[in-house]
Amino acid sequence: MPLLEVGSLTIDYPTSRGAIRAVEDISFSLKKGETLGLAGESGSGKSTLGLSIIRLVPYPGVIVKGHIKIDETDILKLPEDEMRFIRGRKAAYIFQDPMTSLNPVKRIGAHFIELIRTHEPNTGKEEAFERTKTVVKNLGILSERINDYPHQFSGGMRQRIMIGLAIALNPDLVIADEPTTALDVIVQAKILDLLESLRKVYGMALILISHDLSIILERCDKIIIMYAGHMLEYATSIEMHRNPKHPYTQGLLQSIPNIELSDQKLVAIPGSPPDMLNPPKGCRFWPRCSYAKKICRVKEPPLIKVGRNHFVRCFLYGKKGVHVERNRKS
Amino acid sequence: MSDASCMAKKVFMLSEIVKVEHLKKYFPVQKSFLEQLFTRELSYVKAVDDVAFSIRSGEIFTLAGESGCGKTTTGRVIVKLLEPTSGKIYFNGADITKLKGEKLRLLRRKMQIIFQDPYASLNPRMKIIDAVGHPLEIHGLAKGEEKKKKVLEVLEKVGLTPPEQFINLYPHQLSGGQRQRVALARSIILKPEFMVADEPVSMIDVSLRSSIIDLMLSFRKELGLTYLFITHDLAVAKYISDKIAIMYLGKIVEMGHKEPLFWNPMHPYTQALLSAIPVPNPERERKRIELAGEVPSAIDIPTGCRFHPRCPYRTDKCSKEEPQLIEVEKGHFVACHLMK
Amino acid sequence: MTSLTKKGPSGWIVILGTIIVSALVIMTAIAPWIAPHDPAKTRVGPIREPPSPQFPMGTTHLGQDMLSRILCGGSIMLQVSTLSVLVCFLIGVPLGLFSSYVGGVFDRACSLVIDAVYAFPGLVIAIAISAMLGRGVVNMALSIAVVYIPSYFRVVRSQVLSIKELTYVEAARGIGAKWYTILFRYVFPNVIPSIVVVATINFADAILTAAGLTFIGLGVEIHIPDWGRDLTSGWQYLSSGAWWIIAFPGIMIILLALGFTLIGEGLSELLNPKLQR
Repeated sequence: MPLLEVGSLTIDYPTSRGAIRAVEDISFSLKKGETLGLAGESGSGKSTLGLSIIRLVPYPGVIVKGHIKIDETDILKLPEDEMRFIRGRKAAYIFQDPMTSLNPVKRIGAHFIELIRTHEPNTGKEEAFERTKTVVKNLGILSERINDYPHQFSGGMRQRIMIGLAIALNPDLVIADEPTTALDVIVQAKILDLLESLRKVYGMALILISHDLSIILERCDKIIIMYAGHMLEYATSIEMHRNPKHPYTQGLLQSIPNIELSDQKLVAIPGSPPDMLNPPKGCRFWPRCSYAKKICRVKEPPLIKVGRNHFVRCFLYGKKGVHVERNRKS
Repeated sequence: MSDASCMAKKVFMLSEIVKVEHLKKYFPVQKSFLEQLFTRELSYVKAVDDVAFSIRSGEIFTLAGESGCGKTTTGRVIVKLLEPTSGKIYFNGADITKLKGEKLRLLRRKMQIIFQDPYASLNPRMKIIDAVGHPLEIHGLAKGEEKKKKVLEVLEKVGLTPPEQFINLYPHQLSGGQRQRVALARSIILKPEFMVADEPVSMIDVSLRSSIIDLMLSFRKELGLTYLFITHDLAVAKYISDKIAIMYLGKIVEMGHKEPLFWNPMHPYTQALLSAIPVPNPERERKRIELAGEVPSAIDIPTGCRFHPRCPYRTDKCSKEEPQLIEVEKGHFVACHLMK
Repeated sequence: MTSLTKKGPSGWIVILGTIIVSALVIMTAIAPWIAPHDPAKTRVGPIREPPSPQFPMGTTHLGQDMLSRILCGGSIMLQVSTLSVLVCFLIGVPLGLFSSYVGGVFDRACSLVIDAVYAFPGLVIAIAISAMLGRGVVNMALSIAVVYIPSYFRVVRSQVLSIKELTYVEAARGIGAKWYTILFRYVFPNVIPSIVVVATINFADAILTAAGLTFIGLGVEIHIPDWGRDLTSGWQYLSSGAWWIIAFPGIMIILLALGFTLIGEGLSELLNPKLQR
């Protein structure tokens, strides 16, 4: 039984010049303890998708179609007060910017205690404090620092605290949206290591959202490649690395420098991401694709199964799609 | 290529275009009114603290390091957007440290800078033709039709084709990648010899990054441009540079040609930095070198070796004596007491 | 125009304000030809006659036709406010630009003086200066200008201080632009939107201040038709039931000020890049 199941999810942003379809027909599932990477460029819809899982699609976005099930419950049908219970205890979100997410006039410990006591009103002050201490210790922060204010911490430390707040209620799923984009490499590696070890300790599933394919490949079990609101490819990371199918994925992998290779030749993907108000007809990627055929400009390619746990949305691999629904049971 | 031009190129390659010696840049720390009353001495952020290197003509020299290491400040001091606190800057053999006024303006034709944020580096109220052509007007090189012709030419060169479609647009009508191309066009229109590129691709979409990098590489060939490339991304640094200097808290800790530096990093900080870089390969098991703590403040720099509080190999000597940058192998410099 | 309507409510606010203001300006401009009577001439009808078919807005205590006075009475107010905005603009903007761009002692001194003026209640300064200078359109405009120069100065100064630090200004230095080129081609064009907003709101304020000055008798000569003037002479007769002598000029002043305020508020929302998305 999957922990998270997303089915044909479609999200629109209405604007004065027409609706922007930020996410279109996305389906995937995630088991307990798995790590899923959402990779894509800016505007690919990866953050919108991530936020929709805790039903916090930013205004004025609306979910027009699909379902999101956490532990078999469709959260899109829940009333808001039950949803608040899900957020934090079942699924938690780590935002990119750790400074604006912390209240500057509240001590770090108070953030934790308040969070624990709002979600579990029966917890006593002492108990909440003890739990805070344990979490903070697991974050690699000295427990004396519980009484410090956010501004007394460095960017990396604040991001640790954000991670701590996300896992404090022991959720089954953590969604980390570009958790290390603002941080330096050494701190980034530490934060990602921390996430990985906490994930093992607490047995959570993790969705890692990033524009940096290197991080996703290094840290995730499964990967979704997003482009202009579409899921272009879905595979395990090993499969994605050994055997990328979609021309976009292939292009991305050829355009990122790898520090371990010498004499690498980077190949850029021509063109630029589409204007989401006027996305190209047919496949979203065809204007930049060197394999584009006539059919690509007219018809949207279906999701095609090309291997065990490997799906690609591209006509190069046939014309008949599969229902992801059916595959999920395997 | 004919032999003669090959020879000419070789001679050209050998000459030093930029050289800095003992370069320092300290920023005074702003104090509150009360603090000013009670303390006399000023404290400083030592952004760049005694840096020396030279860049040969035609080379791509990279300053790499984490945020706050002083790489950006070094770049700005070299192109004279900031005054150095002390030290010397030479350009084509001439001392430009104290250059001011009209002479400095003339120098700007030869050295240019492009910035990290393509959204902020263009005047939002200037059309592309004016933004790119403005250097020509400033230096009295072209006006009117001639300016337009040159702008069209240079836009074509940076890959904004057909250029006629772009000249009458405003920056907000372009994407980030296109804006960075416009910024590049503006800086090469004067045919400079040297360019400081301050994180030029870190805010560009991943799929477009390599095209900007390739563009910069092509200018090196076509225009004989020399680059000082500034980046926090060592993977990019490795791809683009000939030589790399790793900076930590205002000082160069290791410097050399890229191959030896990446295959055989000698300074513990370089080793840690390299081991932290994500590699796009899920099947590769990697050993990470853990560093204690975080980068200290550039106001209170640790005594001795400034890296010693975090160094896994530190000895007593490290906290007392500052290591000098010494040549360990030919062309490979390291500032570490372990290297003797 | 169509592009304005596409920008939502603030676009419509600007359009509405522009319609009100231009209607009043046109009305004042063609008033001499459409006014049924000479607005200054007394005894064209009975004294303090309520609105009637012959005098649709009634008559004043001197028997002048109210309608004609309303049609013609905006002229002084528009002249004064336009002139004062112009003076403010010509002094406040350059002062703000130079002071903040040059910085140092000059900037500190300017800021000190300007802040001192700003701290005073505006109307009090205007009254004091106006009393010193005497009556007349130019004198009124000058005394109002002194009150509002600080608003321009402060807005320009704070804008320049933030724009000065932006990368594109640094880029301009990098290509070798001289300081005045940077100031006029890179900094100033980006300050203009804020100045336009201040100017339109300043228009509304100037009108109200001008009305205040004429109300206490520091405005123009008695025989010239003016809305503020009529308020002064009319309020004494309110107790005897002659509401029309102050009601119509009052409405006109409010309308004109409202028109400018609407334009200003709408523009400030349209031009504020932080609100745009």
